[in-house]
Amino acid sequence: MILDDFLVRAALAGIGVALAAAPLGCFVVWRRMAYFGDATAHAAVLGVALSLVLSTSILAGVLVTSLVMATIVSSLSGRGYAMDTLLGVMAHSALAFGLVAVSFVSGVRIDLMAYLFGDILAVGKPDLAIIWAGAALVLGLMGWRWSNLLTATLNTDLAYASGIDPKREQLILTLSLAVVVAVALKVVGVLLIAALLIIPAATARPFSRTPETMTLLAAAFGASATTGGLQAAFWLDTPTGPTIVSLAAILFALSSLAGRVKARAMKAPGQ
Amino acid sequence: MTLLTIEHLDVDIDGRPILDNIQLTIERGEIVTIVGPNGSGKTTLLRAIIGSLTPSRGRIARSSELVLGYVPQRLHLDPTLPMTVSRFMGLPRRQHAERIDQALERAGAAGLSQQQMNSLSGGQFQRILLARALLESPDLLILDEATQGLDQRGVADFYRQLESVRRELGCGVLMVSHELHVVMRASDRVVCLNGAICCEGTPERVASSPAYRAMFGHDTQDAFALYRHDHSHQQAPAELAS
Repeated sequence: MILDDFLVRAALAGIGVALAAAPLGCFVVWRRMAYFGDATAHAAVLGVALSLVLSTSILAGVLVTSLVMATIVSSLSGRGYAMDTLLGVMAHSALAFGLVAVSFVSGVRIDLMAYLFGDILAVGKPDLAIIWAGAALVLGLMGWRWSNLLTATLNTDLAYASGIDPKREQLILTLSLAVVVAVALKVVGVLLIAALLIIPAATARPFSRTPETMTLLAAAFGASATTGGLQAAFWLDTPTGPTIVSLAAILFALSSLAGRVKARAMKAPGQ
Repeated sequence: MTLLTIEHLDVDIDGRPILDNIQLTIERGEIVTIVGPNGSGKTTLLRAIIGSLTPSRGRIARSSELVLGYVPQRLHLDPTLPMTVSRFMGLPRRQHAERIDQALERAGAAGLSQQQMNSLSGGQFQRILLARALLESPDLLILDEATQGLDQRGVADFYRQLESVRRELGCGVLMVSHELHVVMRASDRVVCLNGAICCEGTPERVASSPAYRAMFGHDTQDAFALYRHDHSHQQAPAELAS
């Protein structure tokens, strides 16, 4: 069977994560929540440690801690500290507490690298099922709430006037973010999840005229980066997660260059 | 038919009382304008009506299935969010391209549908906001200083369009405005707000009330003083040169 090949499983895992990360990554960029993604992802280390201590499933542990983290951050916002300060504190303390907690659990020191940087080549069939189920859940939520989410992102008062509750939409984004973090853990690891959210969306921006094209392009760029990065890591014998993100960053650099050239070309005839 | 009834409404923001015991009803087909100095709670009242602020006391009763059209004072669009005019018009509910084009034409913004929202001028942006608010045939149109950024002709067009919209849709209009002279002509009823409602009624009645005079009489004098101040500054370099 085709799924017996570990490279095929890895590629499918990467594509699944890239698809789920695309719409969410766009919202993270539009709403200036990049650090929010970081904080949620870094909390996953704490989740890993807790589930090892309590010997529960890692997926459940990561989901719960990411959700708790995201909820704390959303409810603390606008209470004295600037959002970026608050998120800077939360993201790095979650990572630090997580690393300390992991050190208390004997025998996992070797595995730590897999959680920090991902271990996409070790994706098994059950992992693949979880990743695609998570991706389907996130894509379903995004598709269902799409217009409401966009309106709430545009302006909260416009949303209220149309009978949309922006707080509920925020909650849906928070929930989806926790799910993406949980399923992406295996693919790129906690340190690089935020990169997989933000970089493809930012890469898609110069070529997009509507929010929908930006999301579709982000999915395409994300999928190319994961599958291409996988291939490159195989040839170059480099760690897979970082190679994927490096390739995404190269695509971003090319796209901003192309965007600048395009902007200049559009200006030229008028002058 | 009554669209909206506000009873004993208090709104506090961060523990500070902004609105105090507001009583207001709006009927179908009437144009009601709220006037008042800066910080008098005009925008707060509109935001409480659309449901974005929770009252600390009192209630706002809307008639069932009331469709609101809302034009905010300002709308900031993050530059990372690509948005054409026609896509913006279809938020949150998709609209037919024909309807969008019609609405744009009526708002004096024909031919802009494929432009990016961020490339529009202030006046064009304001027209698009109004066109979008009208797309869903609102029962009540709420405008927060909607003519900001429009030139004189734009303002005149705007009020003319408002009048025809009111006639065609039969909707109620509640707006905040600083253009007192226009307001006095265009409104059926004027509400003078300064934390609490200090006077209310037909434009003629409000204009002749002592509370209104106390509020805007002062303003006029201040504006005059400011003008004289500027004037003397402009004179100074000329005197130096000569």
